[in-house]
Amino acid sequence: MLAYIIKRLLFAIPILLGVNFITFALFFGVNTPDNMARAQLGAKQTTPEMIAAWKADRGYDKPLFYNQNAQGMNHVVDTLFVQESAKLFQFDFGRSDSGRQISADIQERMWPSLAIALPTFVIGLFTNIAVALLLVLFRASLLDRAAMVAAVILMSISGLFYIIAAQVLFGKMLHWVPISGYESGWSMWKFIILPVFIGVLAGVGSGVRWYRSIFLEEIHKDYVRSARAKGLSEIQVLFKHLLKNGMLPILTGVVVVIPTLFMGSLIMESFFGIPGLGSYTIDAIQSQDFSIVKAMVFLGSVLYIVGLILTDIAYSWFDPRVRLR
Amino acid sequence: MARMSLRSYLIAFCVLLSLIPVTASAGFFGIWNIPYDSSEMESKTLFSSFSSPPKHLDPVISYNSNEWSIISQIYEPPLQYHYLKRPYTLEPLTLQKMPEVRYLNADLQEVGAEDPQVAYSEYNFELKHAIRFQPHPAFALLKNGHFRYLDLTAEQLHGIDSPSDFTYQSTRELIADDYIYAIKRMALRQNHSPILDAMKQYIVGLDEFSEKMTAAYSQLLKQNSSSKDTTFFDLRDKSIKGIQAIDKYRYKILVKGVYPQFLYWLSMNFFAPIPWEAVRFYKQRPLLEKNLTLDTYPVGTGAFYLAENNPNRRMRLLRNSNFSHETYPNDGLAENADPALLSDAGKPLPFLDEVVYSLEKESVPLWNKFLQGYYDASGVGSDSFDQAVSVSSSGSMSLTTAMKEKGIQFLNEVEPTIFYFGFNMADPVVGGYDEKHRKLRQAVSIAINFEEYISIFLNGRGLAAQSPIPPGIFGHQNGEAGVNPYVYEWQQGRPQRKSIDEAKRLLAEAGYPDGKDSDGSSLKLYYDTAATGPDSKALLNWYRKQFAKLGIELVIRATDYNRFQDKVRGAKVQMFSWGWNADYPDPENFLFLLYGGNAAINTNGSGINSSNYDNPEFDRLFLRMKTLQNGPERLEIIEQMLEMLRKDAPWAWGFSPKSLALYHAWLQNMWANPLANNTLKYKNVDVQQRLNALQQWNQPVVWPLILAVILLILLVVPVRHAYKRRQNQTLSVNDKGVN
Repeated sequence: MLAYIIKRLLFAIPILLGVNFITFALFFGVNTPDNMARAQLGAKQTTPEMIAAWKADRGYDKPLFYNQNAQGMNHVVDTLFVQESAKLFQFDFGRSDSGRQISADIQERMWPSLAIALPTFVIGLFTNIAVALLLVLFRASLLDRAAMVAAVILMSISGLFYIIAAQVLFGKMLHWVPISGYESGWSMWKFIILPVFIGVLAGVGSGVRWYRSIFLEEIHKDYVRSARAKGLSEIQVLFKHLLKNGMLPILTGVVVVIPTLFMGSLIMESFFGIPGLGSYTIDAIQSQDFSIVKAMVFLGSVLYIVGLILTDIAYSWFDPRVRLR
Repeated sequence: MARMSLRSYLIAFCVLLSLIPVTASAGFFGIWNIPYDSSEMESKTLFSSFSSPPKHLDPVISYNSNEWSIISQIYEPPLQYHYLKRPYTLEPLTLQKMPEVRYLNADLQEVGAEDPQVAYSEYNFELKHAIRFQPHPAFALLKNGHFRYLDLTAEQLHGIDSPSDFTYQSTRELIADDYIYAIKRMALRQNHSPILDAMKQYIVGLDEFSEKMTAAYSQLLKQNSSSKDTTFFDLRDKSIKGIQAIDKYRYKILVKGVYPQFLYWLSMNFFAPIPWEAVRFYKQRPLLEKNLTLDTYPVGTGAFYLAENNPNRRMRLLRNSNFSHETYPNDGLAENADPALLSDAGKPLPFLDEVVYSLEKESVPLWNKFLQGYYDASGVGSDSFDQAVSVSSSGSMSLTTAMKEKGIQFLNEVEPTIFYFGFNMADPVVGGYDEKHRKLRQAVSIAINFEEYISIFLNGRGLAAQSPIPPGIFGHQNGEAGVNPYVYEWQQGRPQRKSIDEAKRLLAEAGYPDGKDSDGSSLKLYYDTAATGPDSKALLNWYRKQFAKLGIELVIRATDYNRFQDKVRGAKVQMFSWGWNADYPDPENFLFLLYGGNAAINTNGSGINSSNYDNPEFDRLFLRMKTLQNGPERLEIIEQMLEMLRKDAPWAWGFSPKSLALYHAWLQNMWANPLANNTLKYKNVDVQQRLNALQQWNQPVVWPLILAVILLILLVVPVRHAYKRRQNQTLSVNDKGVN
């Protein structure tokens, strides 16, 4: 297992380098360092001296991939790409182009994102599984058909509609919860209850349909019949036998997203005023803050790779037939 | 676990049912939807919002309005704008009186203001005594007189998230050197001051000082292999030739030539005092790693200090306990202003204890929270405009009945801003100064109906411009005298845009009859824009229609903002739209947008005259006008300049937007002053009135909650029943197998 993890981590290095290369090429293909300087300086009139000083301060005065003026290895080493990539691989994200420490910002913003994403993920998972099992229990009944129609309707509605409708209904008309805002500590519950509810509701349609189809594939298998033949109740059959065997395909889609949960949700956080990471990257792209963009793309890639490794580990854990080599 | 019988379900159902009328009618649950700490609601706290996080709070670099709305409450430059007076008037803020100006010749001998030998203007400042900085750990001393917090470690900062969290706080008196220190900081190129290059042209010795100190600082950083964020470069013993501290409370600045606009710069945060102790304090790496810097936690003498800075969530200003040098204005009420604005006259400022800014990126929650009373004031977005404001046929605005019933009031002010449609005067088709090209531009200026633009795209919130000078700025004239006669006619007491027939006549005289070129093809003009999103489609179609009225085909060249800027700087556009906000209320700040010396083509792209208008006679008058004080002579010159501009039409004059702010009845002393940023200190809140309104507007509606619980219970019963039935089903066997 350990050898497998080490091997996968080593494979990750060229992947991350490739992602980094593409990020640098795309970003600087659209924005020149001069444009970035103008955007960051925010002055009505930017002089060449101001731009030059800003670029020198941030290291953007170096060539991107190849330094013609350097000697030997420094042709490649003394470039923006290599210098910045080296820092990223040490998880030294430095400071944003506007001057804030990126690591401190990420640490500060990941908790509100997690405060929404984690309960949404856990409650959503349990809800989807519970409803899917219930529908499997009453398969081919009126309840099952009605629920499938409802699931398709829920899937068809835009996430934005859920947010605005829920804010108007629960925040504006019924006055149950604040329309938006955030507090840390215990008082956060009243701010996160609505986004979590919306997150669960928006995902329940697709989740239930997917899990139901997985469980229906299992319900006709021999081990289920054997369990019934032993005299187990339907509940016991579903939860003790069917669920365990049905979990394997569910894991594929679930474990991989766990590490990326703290990256947050752009729309949800914007509308609810949650100070998370959801809009961090988008805001940085809009303000041409390359330091944040490269850090967040790198971090996102790392987390995705970690998620895939965790999925493989989870496979071997749930299914003893799977061995990692 | 005991099983619940059907009877138990019924009992529970009846109990819950009986609760419905009680809970639905009574408000005993209190308010559930308060987005703040309830103690904040009960104190003199103003609740506001921001939509984009401020990037910089260091006055040396900060130049955006969302940043100034915060730091102007904290920092105090020498001068400020009188809160109430119109026209906009400067007054002393930390000074005993307005700066005294002496005019000197090249030998530094005093001469008269009108003397042609004037080579320098010397500004003399005298500070009020006993002004003190906000409490801050940078000033805290040990018993031995050394600074307490100079060698901080990461461990010592455990649990510290803002300077207010430090145990020991102290202060000191504001002195003249603090103002000089701020200018020295501006001179360091490493601090990226946006006005350094402009000020180098005026302040004597700033250029040399900047060059020398920037090099010395670079050298120091190279020697120590350190970052500027953690290296304190002591500027106290360095001096700028033209700036001198006379004593503890007095200093003087020597300015090249005559530059009356310099006073306006002195009301900006760039010239606010900076205590060197704070600069040194913040150069410590453990603080930097926690984002505690002078750029995130300012240190000033103003009415408030920043207690919390989470730009992604909330900014919180608290009353500066050391602030005691200012009272509410006793006079200066503008015409038509509410006399109640003077009811707090002479009272010590500020009135508020706290100001909370919350991040609201989306307009829908912002507007709804304002209507619930959780924001004291709000702008009006286009989504909610019809709900809030009704516009009469004459264009005057009033609040809708729904707003009036809530006691909401509004402020409506034309901003000192101009949005214009520019022609590139260096372009061979639309540019040029001969009659033919001039008439083409005049025809287009008539055809682009900005009154229609304002009505469609701004809900009537704007005023079509007659010249580059917006209302409220010296040189702008109301009525017939201020009308652009090339585009408008004065009819029935108001300007009337000339007819399209008149525009067509001008176009024909320009050589394009019915919009046709000499070869009979339609004249094609090109409009460059950075408006590329789907929302811009209607706007761009509208522009096409304006040109189509003349038979001209408008080709839209949409691109991203970076490329658009590059094209404008390189004079590679034909027509474009842009805007300008007043830095200060002087016509020079608008007319310099058309001064030839600022033309992009004459300045390698760095000039702000994007139209590349270059008229020697205009330039000559501009330089003369620039140095004059407001008066009949200056007005006459401005009128001559405006006549040239209107005739040459380098811009189709566009419009000045109107700001519209709604506020609740409990918010007092509200007055629109677009140039004054430090106005929070004048505002007041009637806390009891707000609490009463919140109680009335936000009672939770509980019956749907109970109904939902009942429905859930009712749903569980049949499901449970169905499950039991299924569980107890018996197998039937036939010849086909088991069913």
